[in-house]
Amino acid sequence: MKFAVKALSSGKARAGVVHLGSCPSSIETPCLLLSTRKGLPIFISPDLLSSLPSPDSNLLQFSPLHLEGASSTLVSSGREVSKRCVNIGQEARWGDTTPNFDSSEGPSPKTISSIGGLHQMVGLHEYGFAAVARDSIQCLPECGSTNKTGASFETPCGRRLIKPVEYMEMITSMKPNLWATLADEVPAWANNKRNKTSVDRTVKWLDECIARSPAGGAVFGSIVGGSNIEERKRCAQEVAVRNVSGYWIGGFGLGESMEERPSLLNAVTDNLPKDWPRMICGLGLPEEVLQGVAAGVDLFDSAYIYHLTIGGFALTFPLDRTEKIDYNYQLSDQGSDRTKINLRATVYRKDATPIVEDCCCYTCQNHTKAYINHLLNVHEMLAQILLEIHNTHHYLGFFRSIREAIKEGCFEQFQKKFVQSRREHLAADVVSV
Amino acid sequence: MALRFEVLGRFNRARAAQLTLPHFACQTPLFMPVGTQGTIKGLTTDQLEEIGCQIILGNTYHLALRPTSELIDELGGLHKFMNWPRALLTDSGGFQMVSCITNLYVAGIFYTQWHFAYIFQVSLLHLADITEKGVTFQSPVDGKPMLLTPEESIQIQNRIGADIIMALDDVVRTTITGPRIEEAMYRTLRWVDRCIAAHKRPHEQNLFGIVQGGLDPVLRDICVRGLVDRNLPGYAIGGLAGGEDKDSFWRVVAQCTAALPEDKPRYVMGVGYPLDIVVCSALGADMYDCVYPTRTARFGTALVPEGVLKLKHNAMVNDTRPIDPTCACMVCKNYTRAYIHCLVTKDAMGSQLLSYHNLYYMLQFPKGDVPEWVCNAMDVAGIDISSCCSS
Repeated sequence: MKFAVKALSSGKARAGVVHLGSCPSSIETPCLLLSTRKGLPIFISPDLLSSLPSPDSNLLQFSPLHLEGASSTLVSSGREVSKRCVNIGQEARWGDTTPNFDSSEGPSPKTISSIGGLHQMVGLHEYGFAAVARDSIQCLPECGSTNKTGASFETPCGRRLIKPVEYMEMITSMKPNLWATLADEVPAWANNKRNKTSVDRTVKWLDECIARSPAGGAVFGSIVGGSNIEERKRCAQEVAVRNVSGYWIGGFGLGESMEERPSLLNAVTDNLPKDWPRMICGLGLPEEVLQGVAAGVDLFDSAYIYHLTIGGFALTFPLDRTEKIDYNYQLSDQGSDRTKINLRATVYRKDATPIVEDCCCYTCQNHTKAYINHLLNVHEMLAQILLEIHNTHHYLGFFRSIREAIKEGCFEQFQKKFVQSRREHLAADVVSV
Repeated sequence: MALRFEVLGRFNRARAAQLTLPHFACQTPLFMPVGTQGTIKGLTTDQLEEIGCQIILGNTYHLALRPTSELIDELGGLHKFMNWPRALLTDSGGFQMVSCITNLYVAGIFYTQWHFAYIFQVSLLHLADITEKGVTFQSPVDGKPMLLTPEESIQIQNRIGADIIMALDDVVRTTITGPRIEEAMYRTLRWVDRCIAAHKRPHEQNLFGIVQGGLDPVLRDICVRGLVDRNLPGYAIGGLAGGEDKDSFWRVVAQCTAALPEDKPRYVMGVGYPLDIVVCSALGADMYDCVYPTRTARFGTALVPEGVLKLKHNAMVNDTRPIDPTCACMVCKNYTRAYIHCLVTKDAMGSQLLSYHNLYYMLQFPKGDVPEWVCNAMDVAGIDISSCCSS
C-alpha cells in the first residue's frame, strides 16, 4: 500500500491518494469504504457493483467476524464451545454430544486460504478490502464482555469473543489489502478506569497482532481512548511509535456528542505522523464525516447508506456546491427533508421521475420513484438493491465534493455552508409546521 | 393477432421456432421466469437480459392488488413501469385465487436488519366460489367479497399491457375426479368467448386460450377443438403441474400437442422441472413458466445437471468447487459452494446469486445441448429425441 498527501486545506483536512496492490487505479482520499456483509455489498450484486463510479467505489469495508467458521481445532475439542457461536436447535450429528455449529457462519480459515483469500472468494479481484473487526452495522463492540483474553462483539450469531490469535488467523487466511489491529473499544460513558484499561489492552493487542502479521497487507494500528482527551493522546502517541502503515481510529460513534467529538479527534490526529493514512469507523452521517475530514482523517466506513436503504430512503441533498440555498423552501407533506426522500410515501405512487433528476446511477437511469414505491409496498428485494445503488452513488458524490473543496483550499467554508444549509432547512420546517 | 410464429427447425415432434411478439422476437422452446409483482425476486432487468430472459410472466392477481392495473396503465403499462424492454405475459388472475395449499407465500420478517418480508397467504380455496359469472372470493386486503369475471380479467390485463394475455379459465386440479371436470371444461369454453368479446387490444396483445379437461382424453379433445375453432393466436395446456403423476401428465401434453395447430405456439403452464421441459419440448410444446427455479433458490437449492444441490447442507461448508463446473454463469465462474453456503438463507445476496444461477440454468437449458443422460432417459421412456442430442 502506498499513500501520499497531495493537498491541505484549513490546516488539517487533507486530500491524498492511496494505492493498493489489487486496484488498478489509485483511490483519492478522503474516501468512503463501501459496507459489505461477508465481503460482498449487502444488496448490490457483484456485477452491478461495476456500475458505481470507479475507482471511488473500489474500497470495501469488511469484518472478519462475518465469516468466522469452525476452525479446525474447534471441531475436535469441546473446550471452546461456550465461547463460539452455537446455534441452538441444530441436531447433533453422528450421536456425538458436542453441539453442532451453525456452519453457515462461513468456511474455515483453511478453506479460505485454499481458495486464495478474500478477493478470490468473493470474486472481486480488482477491489481493495479493509478488514476491521468492528462493523457499525452488525458487529458492535460489547465492552462489558471484553476481557483480557479477547474483544467481545454482538453479532447476528450472538455474542462473540475474539482473541488476537484467532483474529490474526482470520486475517492471514483472508489476505485483505489493509487491516486494523484488534481493539478494545469503550463507549463514551465508560469510567476512567475502564477507559484506561482499554488503551493499555489495545496497545498490547496491537503488538500481539503485529507479531503475527502476515506478509503483504498493510497494518493499521488501532487507537482508542473513549471520551477522555488525555487517554486519546496517550494512545495515539503509543501507537505512533509502532511499526505500522496507517492508523485506525476506534471508539467513535459510541455515544460521544457532536460537540465533544472534534477535540477528541484532534487529540488523536495531532499526535500522529502526517504521512500515514488514518481510517475511522463510526462516523456515518455527512456532518460527522465532515468533522472527521476536518481533523485529518482519510478513510471512512459508514452505516448511513445501509440504514437509509433499509428504511426506504433515498439521498437527494444537492451535491452541486454552487447551488444557492433556497430560504423560501416550504416543508410539504412530501416525506422529504431536502436531504433524503422516503420512497414509501404515497405521494410517490405515480411519480414517473427518477430519484434525482440528473443522477447517472443505474437506479436513476433505469427506474422511477413510482416503481420503487411499488417494490417497497410489496416487500420486494429489488427495492433495497436499487436504493443501495443510488445511495452509494450519491454518497460517493458527496465525498468527491469534499475532495474538490480541499483541493481548492476552501474546505472550512464548505463544511460551514453544508452544516448551515441543513440546519436552516430544519429551522424553516419547524417554523412552518 | 399480434404475433408471428415461424417454425425454423424440427426434430420429430419437437420444434424450434421464432415467436415474434410486439416487444421482442423470441426463440422457442423458451422458459418464462415468474415475476409475480413486477420484478423477478432480487434481479434487475439488466441481469435478466444478460442471462437470456425473453419473456417474463406477471401475476394479474397481485398486480391488480398492488399497485393496481389502473396505476400501471396511467404510467404507460407494465413494460414501462418496470422498464423491461422485452416481452411480458400475464396470467388471468384465476389461478392464484383458487390455488390450493401447495401455493403458500411466506410472510414474516426475516431479520430485523433486512426489513423485507415474503407474504404467507393461506389458501383462498375455501373462500372462493366459482359460478358461471366468474370467481367470487374474499379480498385478502380488506375481506370484502370480490368477483373476477372473464371481462374483468381481460380489462385488467388490457391495462397492464402484456404481449400475451391469458383467458380466464375454470381450472380444477387433476387430482379431482367426477362431473366437476366436465363442468369446468365447458365453462372454460364459454368464458373464452366472453374474453374474446371483452378484449380491447387484439392488435397489441395476444389472447391465449387454455385447454382444460383434467386427465380425461375425451374432455381434453373437446376442449382443444373448441379452442381451435376460435382461432386464437396461441394455446396453453392448463390444469397440469398440480400433483398428478408424471405418466398421466405427459400423456395429456402429448394428446394436446398432437391436436393443436402446428403453426401456433403451445404453452404448458406451470412446468417446471428441467426434465419435464425436455419431455414436453420433445412432444411439441414451446413455452413454459414456473416459480420453481427462483423459489428453490431462496431456500438454498441450486439447479445442476445432476438434479439439485442443497447449498444449506453442512457438507458444503468447506467445498471449494463451484456450484456447477460446466455452468458459464457469473456465479459459477466466481464463487465456491463454501461461500454460497455461508450466504444462503441468511443474506439477501445468497438469494440473489442462487436465483441468478438457477435462472441462467433454466434459460440456457432449452437452448443448449441436451445432456447425454437425458437422451438416455428418453430412450428408455420410448421417446425419440436422438436428433436433439448433439454428438
